[in-house]
Amino acid sequence: MKTQITLKLNGETRRVDVEPNDILLDVLRESLGVKSPKIGCERGDCGACTGLLDGKSVRTCLILAIEVDGHEITTLEGLSGNGLTELQKALLEHNSFQCGFCAPGVVLSASELLKNKPAPTEEDAKEAISGNLCRCTGYKPIIDAIVAAGRKRQ
Amino acid sequence: MSELKFVGTSPQRIDLLEKVTGSATYVDDIDFGARLLHAEIVETPYAHALIKSIDTSKAEKVPGVVRVITGKNFPHRFGLYMQDRFIFPTDRVRFVGEQVAAVVARDAKTAKRAAKLVRVEYEELEPVLDLAKALRDDPVLVHPDLGNYTRCPWFFPQAGTNIAHWRKTRKGDVEKAFKEADLVFEDTYTVPRYSHCAIEPHVIVGLYDLSGRLTLWSASQSPYTQRNVMAQALAPLGLSHKDIRVVTPYVGGGFGGKAGVSMEIICAALAIMVKGQPVKVRWSRAQEFYNTYQRQGVIARIKLGVKKDGTITAIEHTLHWDAGGYVEYGANVVNAVGLSATGPYRIPNVKIDSVCVYTNLPPSGPYRGFGYSEFHFGLESHITRVAQKLRMDPVAFRKKNAIREGDTLAYGAKMNPCGMQEAIDRVAAEIDWGRKEVSKDPNKVIGKGFSCFWKAPAMPPNAASCAFIKFNEDGSLNITVSGMEIGQGLLTVMAQIAAEVLTVPVEKIRVELPDTDRNPYEWQTVGSHVTWGCGNAVKAAALEIRGKIFEVVERALGMSRDTLYLEDEKVKSRDRSDFALPLRDFVINGIQTKHGNFLGGPILGSGMFMPEFTSALSDPETSQGGHPNVHYTVGAAAATIEVDKKTGKMRVLKATLAVDAGKAINPELINSQIVGGVLQGLATVLYEDIRFDLKGKLLNANFTDYKIPTSLDMPVETVPIIVETPQPDGPFGARGVAEHTMIPAAAMVANAIDDALGLRMKTLPITGEKVALALNGIDYEDVKGSTMGFCYVGHADTYKFHTKAQAKK
Repeated sequence: MKTQITLKLNGETRRVDVEPNDILLDVLRESLGVKSPKIGCERGDCGACTGLLDGKSVRTCLILAIEVDGHEITTLEGLSGNGLTELQKALLEHNSFQCGFCAPGVVLSASELLKNKPAPTEEDAKEAISGNLCRCTGYKPIIDAIVAAGRKRQ
Repeated sequence: MSELKFVGTSPQRIDLLEKVTGSATYVDDIDFGARLLHAEIVETPYAHALIKSIDTSKAEKVPGVVRVITGKNFPHRFGLYMQDRFIFPTDRVRFVGEQVAAVVARDAKTAKRAAKLVRVEYEELEPVLDLAKALRDDPVLVHPDLGNYTRCPWFFPQAGTNIAHWRKTRKGDVEKAFKEADLVFEDTYTVPRYSHCAIEPHVIVGLYDLSGRLTLWSASQSPYTQRNVMAQALAPLGLSHKDIRVVTPYVGGGFGGKAGVSMEIICAALAIMVKGQPVKVRWSRAQEFYNTYQRQGVIARIKLGVKKDGTITAIEHTLHWDAGGYVEYGANVVNAVGLSATGPYRIPNVKIDSVCVYTNLPPSGPYRGFGYSEFHFGLESHITRVAQKLRMDPVAFRKKNAIREGDTLAYGAKMNPCGMQEAIDRVAAEIDWGRKEVSKDPNKVIGKGFSCFWKAPAMPPNAASCAFIKFNEDGSLNITVSGMEIGQGLLTVMAQIAAEVLTVPVEKIRVELPDTDRNPYEWQTVGSHVTWGCGNAVKAAALEIRGKIFEVVERALGMSRDTLYLEDEKVKSRDRSDFALPLRDFVINGIQTKHGNFLGGPILGSGMFMPEFTSALSDPETSQGGHPNVHYTVGAAAATIEVDKKTGKMRVLKATLAVDAGKAINPELINSQIVGGVLQGLATVLYEDIRFDLKGKLLNANFTDYKIPTSLDMPVETVPIIVETPQPDGPFGARGVAEHTMIPAAAMVANAIDDALGLRMKTLPITGEKVALALNGIDYEDVKGSTMGFCYVGHADTYKFHTKAQAKK
């Protein structure tokens, strides 16, 4: 039995019909056309599906769509509406990604960190993205960019 | 060409803006609308069994199910180097999780539900889960029909055995050399299986339209090879190459796992059965572990003979590979090692036996390093141990024996230019070799370990690369190649090469991802060969364009082409300093003559590169006579690690790796290969620990139980070093480096642990648990219990290499 939910997705009010057991990640990708959260493991291990729920990073593969009725969801598409963020600029400057599949999740986790702690240390940055698996980069250029973005904002 | 403007710089990656904004499209992101069908695979729970019957009737009745497909619809064999697989097996299954049927339904949930209703009746067979048993007399055969398989000419399967391929390399006289050696030392090393763990699972969408065209959107490193293998397999259905199109958008990591054809062929088959409707096959994380390719497990015996002065005189290297149920790609890994298992050393007497053994574990195949990571663990551990026995410094021992340009390789060809000595020296300096470090924590000790490495691309002798380049009206460029951007930065490097020749800046160049209908041929993006091969093709295309530019200027303006050159997107003349014709003025519209007509027109270029000097034909008993490898990339690496004596927990304080790139077209991209590759290598030593039960079922097919490194597991510091000894036939002297960066990791850690604790670990992985046990005098091999990391459950030291099959020759 489908139920209609209402959520604020990347700043826009959206309504969508969902089954009670529909996963948020699938609803975002299939019903709402938001493709940046990726399917990597479907059990909360890899972080490729990371989104922000009312500003806090969550695994959208571990949340039922019906639970976000009335809440706010931000994906990478909603982050650069007003041009690139300082974080995105720093990630570009550091050539931070390789295959890029983990990027949407990493950017959201790091954005959350920078919001809560505008000038993070290297250790903060490592901790913040420790739930986002990247198989390509060895994480170094990502960490460097997060720290640099913090410095720039100071 | 003495002053390079774009080659040797590190511009922003041309794919990065798409990636940091979430715009980059991967296969699973493409919308196919409401008609998209979803597939669920019916898998066998047995490692080895005969299929007696398959009953799909119940599944077919589920509302929403479109088709249920089994092997009876597709009795076709396929495979890259040896056709040993069926799309769906009809007679027997050979590993737990192998596909026996697929349900195609309107939605994924229905497909999943219906797949559970397919009834398969099996007759269980004894699984081959022990290399020793696989090689004994009258073994249980994984492939009773082995003798009939179509294969490439350089594989030597032995019908009536489980030996899918046996690469023998013989040089000099090892027996005599061992007799004359001052020291002969031998031991056994084992390396289990590993999983690639690209974050994007394999995914493919196929559409066989009503006109009979098959289009596949595939997360792949190998669009052309996929098309070719599929065309061969589907030829009985009347499909030819021109009827098949493979499109590869961005791919979320490959590492070899998305090379060749594994699960993709299932989608091609399903698409044909549901003509007119697209069908998606997306692997779960678990399937990603057990039904694509795994890295092979290997048990290796190394015997090294040396003189007192430290000269290595002989090596006998025997490797028995657990290659799994199908080896259509994996046997070539075994082959590559069989040619190169001397490591980067000049050794006059060589005997290598690299034996590819069928077992009832998941299929093996390419994984970053292509067998070299596996054999380097044993070899580079052994090199340090022999140096210790000679009371020689392990770095000095390596330097003394390191390969040099012009040396005769094990198979008789000559070594290419290489900076082995420089790499060793710079790594030793960077790691402060010889200086003992002491931890501030009394419970911890610090050790250093060193390892050299080398690797050649493993390619058929005629693996080619091509490029098309076209100008746009504003003088910008579009380049099409079928080399794949798998994260390494290929698109950016190809742009830099074209930029260098044509003086068009990188930001004015688009390099398009592969589509076999439009982009020209590329064999595959594997073997770290595309900077070299595809780069040569792009350079050739750019040179062709430059020639056409000069030709039209000569024809239209009467200026000798010999005086012309390109600078800052303009044609200039050495004779006329006032002449500067912007490319954008004529590369599409031509040059107007005084009569008002135009000469020239849109300028296009094409380029091709194939290494014409290689040959895989050689004496099967010695491997002498051919030239199977185009060149080797060499390097050295070292690590400083800190070990907690109570817990065995290890921390990498510093890692450094030098690789001879020939010419670093983009130094930052090479550095990022080093930093990323070193961590991927360290993971195979410190974290990743694959486990099968004794019936062949994979126990940890997820990231909870199979640990890959997080940002908290980074080495404290990784220092990349680039050596540049030009490769004469490389674009601007370049050769590939990407796989190499993970090859030395295991040995350098093992050597560092030995340096810190005096413990010699001979079996990977070397987890904290194993080290802690060893510190308490317990050999992990004795207590490992009822799981295994590859097809050998016994204590590695008890493995008998001299089976009957081995004794035959």
